[in-house]
Amino acid sequence: MSDFRTRVEGERPYLLRYAALQLRDRHTAEDAVQETLLAALAGEAAFAGRSNLRTWLTGILKHKIVDAIRRASREAPAADADQMEELFDETGHWREMPSAWADPDAALEQKEFFAKLEECLSRLPARTAQAFMLREHLGFETDEICKELGVTATHCWVLLYRARMALRLCLEQNWFGR
Amino acid sequence: MPTCKEVSRLVSQGLDRQLGFIERLRLRVHLAICDGCTNFKKQMEFLRKAVKQLG
Repeated sequence: MSDFRTRVEGERPYLLRYAALQLRDRHTAEDAVQETLLAALAGEAAFAGRSNLRTWLTGILKHKIVDAIRRASREAPAADADQMEELFDETGHWREMPSAWADPDAALEQKEFFAKLEECLSRLPARTAQAFMLREHLGFETDEICKELGVTATHCWVLLYRARMALRLCLEQNWFGR
Repeated sequence: MPTCKEVSRLVSQGLDRQLGFIERLRLRVHLAICDGCTNFKKQMEFLRKAVKQLG
């Protein structure tokens, strides 16, 4: 095996974890990674001169992830249950007020924090997680996300809102509340 | 006066679209007197920053 091939292959576990976090389906994630590795091997010349193999591969993978989400949304439009009601009382007040997180930026220096964040993300319903990652990690605009997921703008905002509510609660309970 | 529930929704949507003048006004009035929602807004901004750095 050529050196380049070995190095590309060596990134497979990382890419798989990255794809699984966003696609929420092992099989789909494996397909996306496989396509990425094939594209990378075919495009070795395009890599020449760049310094970071992982960054380059992740860039290719992001496109494959969006393609996979697009395909999946054509096949299965889905709806998530609404749990927002539990967070507020009848008058619209927080049942449990969000607390002031102590020095959150310090968490960004810690590997354990990102592991916890991934764990929180993995608890979201698949579609909610996909919408959220398209928006916040891959940086899509809302109207693009609606198109990719085949939902209205209003539904898109609802998905993003649910994701944020669930994630903040998860982090407050499992990280900042420690 | 908007409720915390409505404010949390507005804060979230404010990350995805340009809020209207009235919406921004309602938000500001509420945030000025509500610690819970102020904390919530800071958490949302932090969450955005954290998720960008993931991976």
